Amino acid sequence: MVTQMVTETEVITTARSVGRGRPRGPRTKSYHVRLGSWWWALPALVLVLIVIYASTVAGGFFAFTNWTGVGDFDFVGLQNFVKIFQTPELVGSLWNTLFLAFGFLIFTNILGLLFALALNRGLKSRYVLRTLVFMPVVVSPIAVSYIWKFIFDYNGPLNQFVGALGIPRQNWLASPTLAIWCVLVVLVWQNIGFIMVTYLAGLATVPVEMEEAAAIDGAGAFRRFRYVVLPMIQPSVAIATTLTLIQGLRVFDQVVALTNGGPAGATQTLALEVYNTAFTYQQFGFGAALALVLSLLILIFSVGQQYATRDRSQKEA
Amino acid sequence: MFRYTKKTLTVEIITILATAILLLPFWILLMGSFKTLPQILNTAAVAPPTQPTIDNFVQLLSPSSSSSGNIWAGLLASVVITVGSILLLVVLGSVAAYGIARSTSRWSRRSFYLFLVAIILPTQLGTLPLYIGARSVGLVGNPWGMVIIYTGMLLPLSVFLYANFFRNLGVEYEEAAVIDGANRYQVFWRIVFPLMSPATGTVSILAGLIVWNDFFTALIFLNGTPWQTLPVVMYSYVGSLVSQWNLIFAIVIVSMIPILAFYAFAQRKFIQGYAGGLKG
Repeated sequence: MVTQMVTETEVITTARSVGRGRPRGPRTKSYHVRLGSWWWALPALVLVLIVIYASTVAGGFFAFTNWTGVGDFDFVGLQNFVKIFQTPELVGSLWNTLFLAFGFLIFTNILGLLFALALNRGLKSRYVLRTLVFMPVVVSPIAVSYIWKFIFDYNGPLNQFVGALGIPRQNWLASPTLAIWCVLVVLVWQNIGFIMVTYLAGLATVPVEMEEAAAIDGAGAFRRFRYVVLPMIQPSVAIATTLTLIQGLRVFDQVVALTNGGPAGATQTLALEVYNTAFTYQQFGFGAALALVLSLLILIFSVGQQYATRDRSQKEA
Repeated sequence: MFRYTKKTLTVEIITILATAILLLPFWILLMGSFKTLPQILNTAAVAPPTQPTIDNFVQLLSPSSSSSGNIWAGLLASVVITVGSILLLVVLGSVAAYGIARSTSRWSRRSFYLFLVAIILPTQLGTLPLYIGARSVGLVGNPWGMVIIYTGMLLPLSVFLYANFFRNLGVEYEEAAVIDGANRYQVFWRIVFPLMSPATGTVSILAGLIVWNDFFTALIFLNGTPWQTLPVVMYSYVGSLVSQWNLIFAIVIVSMIPILAFYAFAQRKFIQGYAGGLKG
């Protein structure tokens, strides 16, 4: 039985433990041919310097100008940023972005972790179920959003369902209060499998003997999870929460396909504002300022997140 | 110790039910795509079609239809751009990471940090200047521009994954080849290249999935050009339909088939690729 069971989890474990090994020290013997030189990285480095570094620096520069994308521009200092925080719609989309990011973080992590715990070991159908739960992850967010747009339609399945329960039908995507929850549902739904796999990789590092020992000592399922498993999967928690936070702050596809920011800006997000300002209204300088605000949010939150969820046990060791 | 008990059976049943609920949207989509529009509007969404029809797909994909040209072109654009980006990411990424991992020069450490920081850098800010720059050198609206842009954006990830791999790959094979008289280029292409296929698999799947599904960058760089990728084609096509759910379902299905077929074929690799990519 044991040999037959060497599958995904075990492979993931091996990959992880290999990945965490220390890099090899300097070679003791030296031959006449060196194996590689740093300048082999030059072509890749040049491309990254242009596509990522130079364009990011340029974006930061344009954020302080009033450039429209063609012709001359003036340096306007902090004027763009003052305007952002004085425009109620833009402040609103900032809140929408934060709502979606934190809602996404909380719900996806809880549901993903629950699926991971259920499918970690024990269940006979776990390999099939893992494959199925991961399936939505590989489909494009645009395609997924159109399926859900039908589900939220006034004559759609969701209203058929709530109607059968005796609850009045809702205009899900057209309601200023409900629409953002609809976007959140789609975001969470698509990424449960992704977060599940992150946690499965973490759970695979928890030795079954430790859980058994705790069980013999009389710890119930919840206490085993809280005091044995959770401390050991701390790195996975850090990765999963940071990734969901970043992804949530950048949400664009689902909003465009489901509501396009409506009704009345109730689902506008910063990423959508950046796109509209820069490409629809041709205000490149102002769009760059919005992008700078979004980028700073992402940086601050992801660094803070890493700090808050850092692996304390490793630091003590 | 942990045996299969009644409790495990309960958990198993609950989990199967939860997965079934999770996949309900796919079921609704599949059923709907074989119904006519009146059927979609008048029957329960989860009910199978009473008289399955493939008219939706015929209407969408037949050569005479006005939309089919865009969809086939979108498929071609997606394939060309994704395959091109993967090839460039594998070649540039592996060579760069190998050089960095096997060199003891202080420059190798410094260049590795440049890649590492680029992973953390948010991409939003760079998109606008990148668009201006690419437009001025004629890289907007054609697949080659997209391949270069996607490669630049994903190279840090590729280098990071490859570097991790090479650091844990012993140098014994390479040293043996050197003793046998191979020069370093022969070592790389004849010895290292075949050995690195697990890392290549991870890079291809992760980067391929990101490029294939990308909407934001493709919308900015390709919207309104003949080389729109599938997500952009789908977006503009659905925008032209008003609640013609039968046709919307059909194009969503068509757009999902390539990636789901590939997933069915290599699902274990997909899942491992993600888990492997996350470990940093």
